[in-house]
Amino acid sequence: MRLRITFSKQDALRYTGHLDLQKIWERTARRARLKLAYSEGFHPQPKIQLASALPLGFSSRAEVADLWINSEPDLETLPAHIEANAPSGLRIIEVEPVDDRAPALQTQVTTANYEVTLLDETGEASLTRRLSALMDAESLPRERRGKSYDLRPLIEDLRLGKTPDGSLRLDMRLSAREGATGRPDEVLDELGIPIEAARVERTRLVFKS
Amino acid sequence: MLSPTQINSRLERILLKVQKPGRYVGGELNITVKDWEATQTKVALVFPDIYDIGVSNVGLKILYDQVNQRDDALAERAYVPWPDMEALMRENGIPLYSLETKHPLAEFDLIGFSIPYETLYTNVLNTLDLAGIPVRAEDRDESHPIIIAGGHSVMNPEPMHLFVDAFAIGEGEEVIHDIINVIMSLRATEGSEAISASTGGLPRRRFTAPRNDILLALAQIPGVYVPRFYETYYMDDGTVSHTEALVEGIANPVVKRMVAKLPPPPTKFIVPNIDIVHNRVSVEIMRGCTRGCRFCHAGMITRPVRERSVEEIVRAAEEAVAATGFEELALLSLSSSDYSHILELVTAIGEKFEGRHLTVSLPSLRIESVSIDLMEKLRQRRAGGFTLAPEAATERMRRIINKYIPDEDIINTTREIYRRGWTTVKLYFMIGHPSETLEDVQAIADLAKRVLAEGRKVIGMKAKLHIGANTFVPKPQTPFQWVSVDTVEQIEAKQELLRRELRDRNIKLSWSEPQETLLEAWLSRGDRRIAEVVYTAWRNGAKFDAWGEQMRYDAWMDAFAQHGLDPAFYTHRQRRTDEVFPWEHITAAVRKNFLFQDFRMSLEGEIRVDCRLNCYACGILPTFSNERRANPGKVWMCPDVRSPAAPRKELESQKLEVLNAP
Repeated sequence: MRLRITFSKQDALRYTGHLDLQKIWERTARRARLKLAYSEGFHPQPKIQLASALPLGFSSRAEVADLWINSEPDLETLPAHIEANAPSGLRIIEVEPVDDRAPALQTQVTTANYEVTLLDETGEASLTRRLSALMDAESLPRERRGKSYDLRPLIEDLRLGKTPDGSLRLDMRLSAREGATGRPDEVLDELGIPIEAARVERTRLVFKS
Repeated sequence: MLSPTQINSRLERILLKVQKPGRYVGGELNITVKDWEATQTKVALVFPDIYDIGVSNVGLKILYDQVNQRDDALAERAYVPWPDMEALMRENGIPLYSLETKHPLAEFDLIGFSIPYETLYTNVLNTLDLAGIPVRAEDRDESHPIIIAGGHSVMNPEPMHLFVDAFAIGEGEEVIHDIINVIMSLRATEGSEAISASTGGLPRRRFTAPRNDILLALAQIPGVYVPRFYETYYMDDGTVSHTEALVEGIANPVVKRMVAKLPPPPTKFIVPNIDIVHNRVSVEIMRGCTRGCRFCHAGMITRPVRERSVEEIVRAAEEAVAATGFEELALLSLSSSDYSHILELVTAIGEKFEGRHLTVSLPSLRIESVSIDLMEKLRQRRAGGFTLAPEAATERMRRIINKYIPDEDIINTTREIYRRGWTTVKLYFMIGHPSETLEDVQAIADLAKRVLAEGRKVIGMKAKLHIGANTFVPKPQTPFQWVSVDTVEQIEAKQELLRRELRDRNIKLSWSEPQETLLEAWLSRGDRRIAEVVYTAWRNGAKFDAWGEQMRYDAWMDAFAQHGLDPAFYTHRQRRTDEVFPWEHITAAVRKNFLFQDFRMSLEGEIRVDCRLNCYACGILPTFSNERRANPGKVWMCPDVRSPAAPRKELESQKLEVLNAP
């Protein structure tokens, strides 16, 4: 059975990277006695797919993972059962069985939405100016890990808003296709905002329908 | 002092600038978070190395559980930040804090350090400094936590006597409660005069009694050594004359604590959210070792052997895997093959976890083909290699160290390991054993080449061999405490020989740097005067000495020079047979006479076999005769002697009988 789990990743778990998250799912499944399926071969690996890597330090309320299991759990009680066996910071939003032969999860992601709370930024007017300049640019050539790329086409939408307590907030919709992923920290850098002065939360992953 | 909320918000600003920020945030599965205000006594447990090393430490896990099982106390954890994080914490005024609730360490009543090895000493000083607590015990007052330390290295506590208020000698499961009870009885209570003093801008008094009185009360507890109440006198040649207790009613010597029957092992291990060293769950199957290898510190100081039952171990393993979801289980002991029911145990574990994708590790196996059967029963993946520890490669050397394994056994066992599907064999040797020559080291290389040649006959060029050749450090409280350490030149010549001889793309050779060995030796064998060297070296920037690249040899040499001490005095000097050692007011209940006799036997190349069969009267039974009487039969693996409580005279004659037996 292939389970698609939508979950949040908050608090201390923000500082757990992509590979370690894989391990967290393996252990959570073992504690929940879900009987994970393993790959064949000399080094059997648990069959777990994560939709999209979340950069270290970002929280999320919309992560998605697929787990293959060799058991038939009660789907009614399953979300609560998994959550009870997960580390704090990981909450289950939804669990649904999916077609075993459906394409790999990470190939299906198209865009990701982020909410970025700005901790130090106060000048709304200046920020609006920088935002427009960025959105009006033809291209935003940058370098990541020694490779040059254009950030501009990866930004689908970028707006300024406010959090309930009045802090400035950026809402971003960035491309998240394989090989064409926009990172919120790169957008912030382009706006001259240091990453430690922002709290980034992923709010939605959009899949090919 | 910063509140947890303030610490959290400052952390938020720096965590993305450091490597592996997951080390500094806590929030792991199976931690215990108690109500801070409602819990009377607060204990911080610290492993003085980074999170990655400390979080899996079983000793601290045991204490964490012991304290948190009490309603009137809480235990939280802290580890040492890596230098990148330390710099940012200092820059941003963040004191060292506990991972569970982010309280500054200075807010706890008691800070307990586990110090298994000596190269952590400077990190203990740095931890205190990062916590804003005076590093030297004499500079602390009633507003500061009590600093205690335990672990194997404190069998010679003197190099740390200036910094630690009280040492817990021996096993911690019981003594931690005695210590907490004393602290609790003397802690200031809410609303008392002590608290109201803080309103006047004075430092808040944590304790109602003067600090000296609290430490004096701690010094009354069996197994607790409070260095300020002892004084060491020296001879003209710089060696120790004697150590004296300065007050009435405290022990001299301080005898280690020993838990007569092992309590149930911890099972709710903390599961880290990031990758760490030893990312696994462990169950201790037995404590102590009866083999009597003369170089082995653990084997001498953890006597007697106490075993857990197969049933208890299997149940604990099952619980631990269920509670953690770990993919690896380690069955811990100093010598797995010597566990009385080892076959029954691995059969039960193998069956229980079959098909559950669990790796089971079984360290310290004897060099015999039965060990391979054991590993096969655990259905181990062959990828990790098979580890054995012959320690020496000539008959002469094996007799000296009392670990006698003939070459043929090593060849036959390793050949069989290759034949049964392992492609990598790991053999651990040591260089620098007493009276070792280059011929003895050459024999290590020759044996390694033979093992690989035999492996190639079986599986061809796939056969791989790892040779570990660390340098021996003669440890306090062992039969080799009288011997000197090899000089850097000697060590380098031996390592050079091994590197030259073992040039083969299928042999991997590892060794320890000579400077690291010397540092470990100074700190292991030091007296009270070394404490100033530790302090100065730390002030000069020494920390993370266990981490090769971080170790600063020059800082240590400068510190020795500054205090007019000669490092060679501590390491390269053959000890007089009647020399008084700096650690003689601390005892693991193994008598000095016994150690000396064993040392003399080593010079004669005489072997002492397993003391499960014959008691050699090491001193454990008379010291712990009451505990033995309360736990008769199979709880301890000591053989029955006529009367465990027999006066020393009788035991001496009995020992002679054993020695004279053909």
